[in-house]
Amino acid sequence: MSGLLRYAFQRLLLTIPMIFILLTVIFLIIRVMPGDPISMVYGARPVSEELKAEKRAEYGFDKPILVQYGVYISGVFRGDFGNSIRTSTPVLQELFLRFPATIELALFGLLVAAILGFTTGVLAATRADRPVDHGIRVFHIASFAIPVFWLGLMFQVIFAVKLKWLPVAGRLGGEMAFTFRPVTGLYVLDAILRLDGHALLDVLQHLALPALTLGIATTGLLGRMSRASMLETLDQDYVTTARAKGLGERVVVLRHALRNALIPIVTVFGLEFAVLMGGAVLTETVFSWPGIASYLIRSINARDYIAVQGSVVFIALFISVINLIVDLLYSLIDPRVRY
Amino acid sequence: MTSADVLLEVRDLEVHFAVPGVTVRAVDGVTYAIDSERTLGVVGESGCGKTVTALAIMGLIPSPPGRIVGGQILYHRDGGIVDLAQLPPRGQEMRAIRGNEIAMIFQEPMTSLNPVLTIGFQIMESITLHQRMTKREAKRQAVEMLRAVGIPLPEERVDEFPHQMSGGMRQRAMIAMALSCNPVLLIADEPTTALDVTIQAQVLELMNNLRRDFHAAIQFITHDLGVVAGMADDVAVMYLGRIVEAATVRDIFHSPKHPYTQGLMKSIPSLTRSKERLVPIEGIVPDPSDAPPGCGFEPRCPERMSICRTTPPPLVATAPGHDAACWLYQPDVHLVRRTLRGWK
Repeated sequence: MSGLLRYAFQRLLLTIPMIFILLTVIFLIIRVMPGDPISMVYGARPVSEELKAEKRAEYGFDKPILVQYGVYISGVFRGDFGNSIRTSTPVLQELFLRFPATIELALFGLLVAAILGFTTGVLAATRADRPVDHGIRVFHIASFAIPVFWLGLMFQVIFAVKLKWLPVAGRLGGEMAFTFRPVTGLYVLDAILRLDGHALLDVLQHLALPALTLGIATTGLLGRMSRASMLETLDQDYVTTARAKGLGERVVVLRHALRNALIPIVTVFGLEFAVLMGGAVLTETVFSWPGIASYLIRSINARDYIAVQGSVVFIALFISVINLIVDLLYSLIDPRVRY
Repeated sequence: MTSADVLLEVRDLEVHFAVPGVTVRAVDGVTYAIDSERTLGVVGESGCGKTVTALAIMGLIPSPPGRIVGGQILYHRDGGIVDLAQLPPRGQEMRAIRGNEIAMIFQEPMTSLNPVLTIGFQIMESITLHQRMTKREAKRQAVEMLRAVGIPLPEERVDEFPHQMSGGMRQRAMIAMALSCNPVLLIADEPTTALDVTIQAQVLELMNNLRRDFHAAIQFITHDLGVVAGMADDVAVMYLGRIVEAATVRDIFHSPKHPYTQGLMKSIPSLTRSKERLVPIEGIVPDPSDAPPGCGFEPRCPERMSICRTTPPPLVATAPGHDAACWLYQPDVHLVRRTLRGWK
């Protein structure tokens, strides 16, 4: 166990240089983009150049870029991510407010992708080259190829507008938005903590379409990987051994093959998470989900340097933490891996 | 030797594999029998159908592409005779026999055990599946089995994973797993081929001891004639999907009848005849997808006749308990040949 802790600690230490490099790249890229934040704030309003210059000086944009960089990085290491240019509020505060929404969406999206991806992949592998397999493979390609935002819009049209089964957008409905008092910001968890069944139902209804959209968009790759991995595992000698014992086919697949097939899939699972975060940006935008990704989009549009930098760091941290968890999961699945 | 009861009879078994474009007749009319509590050594080169025959008995032919297209596998049990070739391979009845009454161990101990499950679990799984036992009893039984196959500290090793064991230990664990339900027939598919020579000798000795303790018949598949000499009571020699000769181990080694068996004997190095050169069998084994229409060994046979090219020879008794599939031992064909020689 101490080995496991040491490994986790080393991995966390490695994220520090990663974040540093990422910050540098983002810092440069966003300043190469045309347009500047101050002009964006005032838009088409006639504002004197003096006022703009004053504002630029306030945020330090008049200084040489290297100085700006030094000031920003030293701030980050002190835990100060600066103030948003668009809203003038501290970026960190905004991020903490929105981050739970993104975590909740991402985790439920991942859950949908995992369940759909594994089951269809395994089913296809055990029925290889039969109609079920062909059907599932078409579904995998389709889920991989369909744009996330289009899928989200279609879901809204069908399930929210036409059938009126589920809400169109947002995290909470009507009066609930005023009465519900969050604890952690993860509303599903909060509703359970507050033992509020009514709120839980409302939260889940709002979560259903975005999570499904994000999940299905991520299913394809995971499903294809699961199928390939399962096919390979079913060909292994120990699967023949299991059959030779007289075990039923279901036990052979679920007990003997599945766990071995999971080993390579888990790797993809971690990498897929980065793709999933990309999908989350679009999903949040389509469903007006008040998360970090929709905040990032608005910040990019406003050339809000400070907010973009902060958001990217948060997303990167989230991805690396998930990947760390995935790595640690290895030792649970594969007894040969010891840290 | 007492004439023991017949345990398993394979009759005219044919297994085909449908590869796109061709049908490979991997097993092409195999007939042999195993008596209870005796060891039958099945000898043959790679690809001659020994493993496929074994998998057919177990109902484990990968399908598709493989399929039993003809013949019978008659298993004589207390309640009567069952034709294993007719049972649905995934059905209840077959699964109750497989692993319980007929067990199998495989060639590769390194890959035949599941890497994510403990040795003990994999043995217990067999026991709890076929025997009325609680988990605790099954675990005790698993420890006893590990002790029986000579694994030191079985109480500790029962909770270990396969990767914590050496190849020899894993093969012992495989044997423990196979014997855990007291099978009447153990099929061992080249169980020592992947092991180094000293470990091989240990495992063979272990199997020899165990078959007495467990009263199991063994079908021992190998390409190693030395192993056969040490292990088997009876021998069946396979070539290109057919049995070419079957006899007791003594008869096979002292008076091999089939030219292929004779060729095999000449290719064994001997300690006493040190100056002699080994004689290889000329040519190579034909591709099973393009087998000759007559006797499979005809293209390589030093004694081939014209009939060999056109008609496969049937397996007939050349002496009591000694069968060979060769036209040399057909009385009437002999006559023809003698006559031909006389004319020359």
